[in-house]
Amino acid sequence: MSLFDWFANRQKSGPISKDRQEREIADGLWSKCEACGVLTYTKDLQANQLVCPECSHHIRVHSDERIRQLIDSNTWIAIDTQLVATDPLTFRDRKSYSDRLQETKEKTKLLDAVQTGVGRLDGLPIAFGVMDFRFMGGSMGSVVGEKLTRLIERATRERLPVVIICASGGARMQEGMLSLMQMAKISAALQRLRDARLLYIPVLTHPTTGGVTASFAMLGDIILAEPKATIGFAGRRVVEQTLREKLPDDFQTAEYLLQHGFVDAIVPRTQLKQTLARLIRLHQPAASTTTSTTHLSMHLPEVRSLSVTTPE
Amino acid sequence: MATTERKPILLDFEKPLAELEARIVQIRELAEENDVDVSDQICQLEAKAVQLRQEIFSGLSPLQRLQVARHPRRPSTLDYIQAIGDEWMELHGDRGGSDDLALVAGVARLAGRPVVMLGHQKGRDTKDNMTRNFGMASPGGYRKVMRLMDHANRFGMPILTFIDTPGAYPGIEAERLGQGEAIAYNLREMFRLDVPIINTVIGEGGSGGALGIGVGDRLLMFEHSVYYVASPEACAAILWRDAAKAPQAAEALKITATDLKQLGVVDEVLPEPIGAAHADPITAAETLKISIVKHLDDLSRLTSQQRQELRYQKFRAIGVFTEIPA
Repeated sequence: MSLFDWFANRQKSGPISKDRQEREIADGLWSKCEACGVLTYTKDLQANQLVCPECSHHIRVHSDERIRQLIDSNTWIAIDTQLVATDPLTFRDRKSYSDRLQETKEKTKLLDAVQTGVGRLDGLPIAFGVMDFRFMGGSMGSVVGEKLTRLIERATRERLPVVIICASGGARMQEGMLSLMQMAKISAALQRLRDARLLYIPVLTHPTTGGVTASFAMLGDIILAEPKATIGFAGRRVVEQTLREKLPDDFQTAEYLLQHGFVDAIVPRTQLKQTLARLIRLHQPAASTTTSTTHLSMHLPEVRSLSVTTPE
Repeated sequence: MATTERKPILLDFEKPLAELEARIVQIRELAEENDVDVSDQICQLEAKAVQLRQEIFSGLSPLQRLQVARHPRRPSTLDYIQAIGDEWMELHGDRGGSDDLALVAGVARLAGRPVVMLGHQKGRDTKDNMTRNFGMASPGGYRKVMRLMDHANRFGMPILTFIDTPGAYPGIEAERLGQGEAIAYNLREMFRLDVPIINTVIGEGGSGGALGIGVGDRLLMFEHSVYYVASPEACAAILWRDAAKAPQAAEALKITATDLKQLGVVDEVLPEPIGAAHADPITAAETLKISIVKHLDDLSRLTSQQRQELRYQKFRAIGVFTEIPA
């Protein structure tokens, strides 16, 4: 059968039946956009980095996929892959924390809510951390804190820029105060990175809230965000309850934060890799400089918003 | 300090004690009226009352401790500052357009040495609480205290912070002004400062709003104060999907001073007078002052680099996990 015949046959059989449609969605052949409902061939969607070609909705990306999207192939070296959470408080809500961890590990094939490593982004060596919302809402406990701290410490030693993809509901309640203190621990490491004049760029993706917002997400030299991502400190419902009034639709969106001066730029996912590469290159010593030390030539140029700014 | 003439505010578990004390007063009055000697009985009853008070306060559940920590008469930041300082002048404003009264800060003298003291300020009554926003700070508050901590650092003054907040304010204005950014900035910058920093939880340590002034060389905690990642009420609502499960959440979250000492989060637990700090604020303030002065003496013997390194290592070591062999 020639390709033409196949195409003709396919047209003859008319639009695919609902039954077949559902089967193929189930098989993962087609994906339905959760925002506009349009079906896209999964391979096309992946090629478009899980951004709906129809409505530009940014579908949630898991950590493995993020690494594929941003790190050059065959350059990724995962670090601290053997760190696992214990249950220091023997915490039990409706389920014990130990059971919850076990189930989540089996379901996600991850050990905790962040992957860290070193690799190349468009040829540039970077230290890279990526949170995974599937693992207990990307919550930050001891393991997330330790892995990110080690990543930042390594970057400080090896003089690498740091990029962290944030996606988290905040601190992990099941580890109590140990989780809260991870905010301080990571911030301490970032202070040393900053002292060493190394570049740190967090990318805020949907959602970035709570203790993550109140620590490393907001401590970037340059802060990028994905379109329409929810970013905030207090949960929307908590704010609504406090005020007893309905909040504006754009409240705590990436666009809202850009407008109020808390992110530098909103970058569509399809342009994220090139944007990061461009920013990192802009902070490297100019190739022509031969005598200056890295320290002196690490000047921080003025950053302009890369997206359309709203007049205000 | 809190005046004693005011009618005491009773927590549920204090009621048996209050009843016993009322009975003692009654018997004494009766005895005086009828001119009978009941001094033996009264002595016995008074001893019993002391014992009961001790028993009640040594066996408090985490939720009861939370109630004590939130007690309306519990000494506040300004109470302690005025009690332990030789002198004190409050300073205002974040230089960015606001002065948040939920966080107070100023220059002071403690045991002869100039320091900067700051902390969350809860109100003493409903009206005061409105002004103080119940001790829930806004971004401007965190920026104000950061300004004064920077000031302390430039003039070589140690920093004493007092933690007493249900949490950072979850309001639309606070979000718009960058509540997350304000706290995050303080966390990082407090590691940059090289003067001694001592943080004390005097009442309620509410999550990120507490941590925003909670990075330092020593973390002290009053015996009946609490410190949590999420309030037991919020935790119950989220994890149990039932706010009525707050007692279980309070238990599970390990919020008490002794629990946190065990977890390696707290450096020293400050004992409170029998019946908690609000029963005897003067004694509580003395305990606080003695401890702070002792720690300041220890920290002053170190170089600023040593302090910074030890501060880093102190937080670096917090966290529990295992590393499985590859």
